[in-house]
Amino acid sequence: MREWHLKYRKLKNIVFHMALVFAACAVIIPLFMVIQYVMIKGFNSLNWDFFTQIPKPVGEVGGGMKHAIIGTFIIVGLAGSFAIPLGIICGAYLSEYGRGKIAALLRLSTDVLTGIPSIVIGIFAYLLVVVPLKQFSTLAGALALSIIILPVVIRSTEEILKLVPRHIREAGLALGLPRWKMIFFIVIKGSRSGLITGVILAISRAAGETAPLLFTSFGNMYYSTSLTNPIASLPVQIYTYAISPFDDWQRQAWAGALVLIILVLGLNLISRLIMNRQQLGFGRRK
Amino acid sequence: MKSESTLKNTISGSLSQREASVFNWAPQKQDQFVFASMRVLSSFVILILVALMVMLIKTAWPVLVDQGTNFFTQSIWNPVDEEFSALPLIYGTMITTFIAVIIAAPISIMVALFVNEVLTPKLAKLVGLFVEMIAAVPSIVFGLWGIFYLGPFIKNTLAPFLKEHFGYLPLFQGPSFGIGVLTASLILSVMITPTITSICREVFKTVPAMRKEGALGLGATKFEMMLLTIVRPSFSGIVGAIVLGTGRALGETMAVAMVIGNQPQIKASLFAPAATMASIIANEYAEADSEMHIAALCGVGLVLFVLTLIVNLVARSIVWNYNRSSK
Amino acid sequence: MTETDNTVLNVKNLNVWYGDFHAVKGISLEYQRNTISAIIGPSGCGKSTYLRCLNRIHEETPGARAEGEILFQGENILSKMVDPVRVRRSIGMVFQKPNPFPGMSIYDNVVVGLKLQGIKKKNILMEHAEKCLQKAALWEEVKDKLNRPGMSLSGGQQQRLCIARSLAVSPPILLMDEPTSALDPIATAKIEELMSELKKEVTVIIVTHNMQQAARIADNTSFFVLGDLIEHGLSEEIFTNPKNKKTEDYISGKFG
Repeated sequence: MREWHLKYRKLKNIVFHMALVFAACAVIIPLFMVIQYVMIKGFNSLNWDFFTQIPKPVGEVGGGMKHAIIGTFIIVGLAGSFAIPLGIICGAYLSEYGRGKIAALLRLSTDVLTGIPSIVIGIFAYLLVVVPLKQFSTLAGALALSIIILPVVIRSTEEILKLVPRHIREAGLALGLPRWKMIFFIVIKGSRSGLITGVILAISRAAGETAPLLFTSFGNMYYSTSLTNPIASLPVQIYTYAISPFDDWQRQAWAGALVLIILVLGLNLISRLIMNRQQLGFGRRK
Repeated sequence: MKSESTLKNTISGSLSQREASVFNWAPQKQDQFVFASMRVLSSFVILILVALMVMLIKTAWPVLVDQGTNFFTQSIWNPVDEEFSALPLIYGTMITTFIAVIIAAPISIMVALFVNEVLTPKLAKLVGLFVEMIAAVPSIVFGLWGIFYLGPFIKNTLAPFLKEHFGYLPLFQGPSFGIGVLTASLILSVMITPTITSICREVFKTVPAMRKEGALGLGATKFEMMLLTIVRPSFSGIVGAIVLGTGRALGETMAVAMVIGNQPQIKASLFAPAATMASIIANEYAEADSEMHIAALCGVGLVLFVLTLIVNLVARSIVWNYNRSSK
Repeated sequence: MTETDNTVLNVKNLNVWYGDFHAVKGISLEYQRNTISAIIGPSGCGKSTYLRCLNRIHEETPGARAEGEILFQGENILSKMVDPVRVRRSIGMVFQKPNPFPGMSIYDNVVVGLKLQGIKKKNILMEHAEKCLQKAALWEEVKDKLNRPGMSLSGGQQQRLCIARSLAVSPPILLMDEPTSALDPIATAKIEELMSELKKEVTVIIVTHNMQQAARIADNTSFFVLGDLIEHGLSEEIFTNPKNKKTEDYISGKFG
């Protein structure tokens, strides 16, 4: 009887381990399938024109997404130049002064902003910028993306600055520095590699966002750098082409997806590399 | 050659130029100014959130007044006749999220166990990286994959299989076009897996090694050890992880919008197309020209906002309580 | 010159509390120019707390509160009217753990204090960095790698870098809070050696848990127990002929 029970328990153990392996496969296989599919389809469709041409008129084969690639850089760059300094300052406020009502409210707001679906943020940017300007614009798209970047930067800044030991801050003050110089030129400057990691992660997340751009920066079949006019972006262009009935456009959508995935996963991996190197540094410090 | 004292004089000279008297208020004034500026900027971020809520409510107000409770009880969303009810959209969001979580939660928990407890550290790092990469893939890419690969796969392979074996259930009746609730749910489940997995891994890591070794030392199999010392004591943490994953699924837009078919209807069959709150906004907002249509979409956005807000606050308090109790 | 003219820091009836805990109890002491004064005592005797008040860095500890007078150049530096930033420019501090600023080169670590006070001229900064590193007996070891990160140095070198960093802003007084407790004996010996050189320029007040160290380097020694000043005097006298029974017990190893 006991013998039988033990065998039963061992069997359960084996079955469970098999289930674990199965689960891991179930998660990783889709990732590989997506990447493989994008690679094959994307590389087949990718050519030099893709980077140097703007779309041809409907029905004509050829053309590229130069305008959308540049558009994405403009929107993300604009969003970043607003959200990154603001996010770092707010993160520093939380880590260096983090007590009191404003800090508590800021922490709550940051959490809430992180959780808001990006499409809702798109609505907000629409109401705030598109409605008064009466047209879709780069500015509106950049505002939407900056609100997506902002809470990520705030959170990561706070976490990273909290890693700086207290005696480093005291040493800065003991040199006779005003507190703000100590915060900005010793604590923040000394943590720059960690902060860059957080910023790159936030940027990579924003670069792949489509939903909040659909009705803010909208899209454009022509090359444009105007801040107050609609502008194309890589994700929106992919979307437009993907749901179109034209084979050539669908082909270009795959090429676009390949470029986008290389951009986003590349940024993500870079930030992880920086993070790994930095953790080694902290290990040595102890 | 400059002697040391000359050098020192240069230094102290240039220092004393800046500070006429030995002690005065200046640096403290600087600090107060910078502190005040940082406070203002922080308040500005809070203000963004407040403005977001106010503008959403303000713009949605007309439809809430016009439709009243119908906004939540009728089953028709028809922009042409200006009949707006969010119910079919809420249903679409709920059903896709529900199925996605049902599939993703057990798998994520198992993957977290597998990575933390079974794999060697190096492999664990690699597999962990793969799982987190899923979260980094833009949702538009998942959508593209859904349209061209997963959709046809479901239409040609999965749907016939389900119909043959479970066709007696109303869930699996009717024709499958490849796009619909099931496709959206499957893609969602892939997308929320990394969220649940990584939080579960964090939670599982807090179990002290001593307790695990103790269980094994008493003769437990590894399965029993995991169940008794890791999964059971981590229950609330796991719930928190699942709730956070739910929050992510509720708001996911592009991948769903591309594969769900965008038909605001309530059908029993999982093969039927539907629409979620996020997908209808993505699909109709840019083309909406009547004031009421915009208001209705904002109303849907408001419902979505409130829903994710509640879900995230619940998750936050669960995880927070968990962290506090485990310390 | 009379003795009072030589006084650089005059502590009068200093009391410190952490919340309700009375950590330093009514201490009065005078410090003379160009001397090294040691503070010894069993752990938890309030010696670090006392030292941290001398440049108001104690304000960084939540709940800490100091009362009394610390006169420097005729002003009470504990007064609310006095800006702590100005105090710390004149009274520097070296900490228990070597703490070079992360993400900064050796050179930047030394000159950062001056740079942030607005001195921008490269040649002045470079010359001054060399002087300070020489004073901290580190120049020979680092002159070829000034651009390497400060964190890349060994523990003892890091601590000397921190001393150079403090010297760079030319404070007349330097506080040291157990500067060698995290270091090995060889690094400790190096730092003790350089301290007798430092004395020519600055007044040093050092907290140490190591009585031999105090005996070796300090001109004066104060002995604290539980926030009270038990005895203060010339080091030779304290260590050879203590007047108080408690001091005798402590230095002969009966408690502490």
